[in-house]
Amino acid sequence: MIVDREGEKEMTMQTEVKELHAPGHRACPGCGCAIAVKSILRETGPNTIVVSPTGCLETFTSPIRGSSWEVPWIHSLFENAPAIATGVLAGLNAKGNPDGTKVVVIGGDGGTYDIGMGSLSGMFERKDDILYICYDNEAYMNTGIQGSSATPLGVGTTTTPVTGNSFGKTVEKKDLVAIALAHGVPYVATASIANLADLKKKVRKGMDNPGPAFILMLTPCNVGWGYEPEETVELARKAVETGLFPIVEFEDGDLVSALKIRPVPVEEYLKPQKRYQHLFKNEKFTDVLEAIRKKAEDNIKKFDLV
Amino acid sequence: MDLLLGGVCKAGESKRLETGKWRSFRPVVDRNRCIKCGKCADLCPDSCMEIKEDGAEVNLYYCKGCLICMRECPVKAITKEVEEK
Repeated sequence: MIVDREGEKEMTMQTEVKELHAPGHRACPGCGCAIAVKSILRETGPNTIVVSPTGCLETFTSPIRGSSWEVPWIHSLFENAPAIATGVLAGLNAKGNPDGTKVVVIGGDGGTYDIGMGSLSGMFERKDDILYICYDNEAYMNTGIQGSSATPLGVGTTTTPVTGNSFGKTVEKKDLVAIALAHGVPYVATASIANLADLKKKVRKGMDNPGPAFILMLTPCNVGWGYEPEETVELARKAVETGLFPIVEFEDGDLVSALKIRPVPVEEYLKPQKRYQHLFKNEKFTDVLEAIRKKAEDNIKKFDLV
Repeated sequence: MDLLLGGVCKAGESKRLETGKWRSFRPVVDRNRCIKCGKCADLCPDSCMEIKEDGAEVNLYYCKGCLICMRECPVKAITKEVEEK
């Protein structure tokens, strides 16, 4: 729906909402990413330039005459958000950056894990003072749920279908935290929309940290994962409580904090989601379920979460 | 539709788009139970919840009816009603 210039009246009527990510954006009801972005911008404040690669976020925040950004925002291509951010930072530095403006990249898993991997690696290598935040919804949601390299084992998507003997994705998702650490990124953390205080603390640390910082967030997607919109935050919490998405923080390569959990069975996280249903309906997929259980146990052991 | 030079978008122009029309359920706040903790306001993807003096208030112009507020309310002060138009 496009309201013409006469629509301006409505706009002035509805401006009491004071968020740097304005409402009226085109995200699906119950979007995890929209919660994440709102919380991130509350912490970064207005003195920030945001760069986004192509993805859900870029699509739902930037229709013509419907931008929901209240901070400067730039999008160029799918693969080059970190390179654009470097350019923005270079421009700021050439001008002296008197206000200390920060550059933040907010990108999805497609633009981070797959298509933008090369330029992200370049940004890490150059040690640019940029905060990169990846909201991970574990597939290409806005083009119709194609699997990405962030899609976990056993998940059915349109490119990793569930038919006959195939149980969805056959391999585990990439360990992006380890990849960032391997680049010697000074601040690497994971965060969840179920714990906004922790998220804000990490965004602040990432901003204050000189050099690159990387934050990975799991943002459930009710369309792609197949659950009721109201369960978004509940599932983000369950992902943490099962041990499948550990909340950790690394400074200069050392683990400085890990959120302790009281582990719940992985089924509590998997069962509400349609993308995992085939694992419970078909007995020949029990070893996949077992592999997911083992993944959670390994995480708990690796980061000492209990 | 007239565009600005270069197709530039003004900041926060999405505010004129009434996403409340998408809704099939409407959250209803019981002001007597609301403890004004602000959790619904923090977790609303569409920034619809505002904490007023006597409790949370839903901005139905933007509310898409996802009901995350209802699910996450610690005192169960929010219920849902079918939207009738």
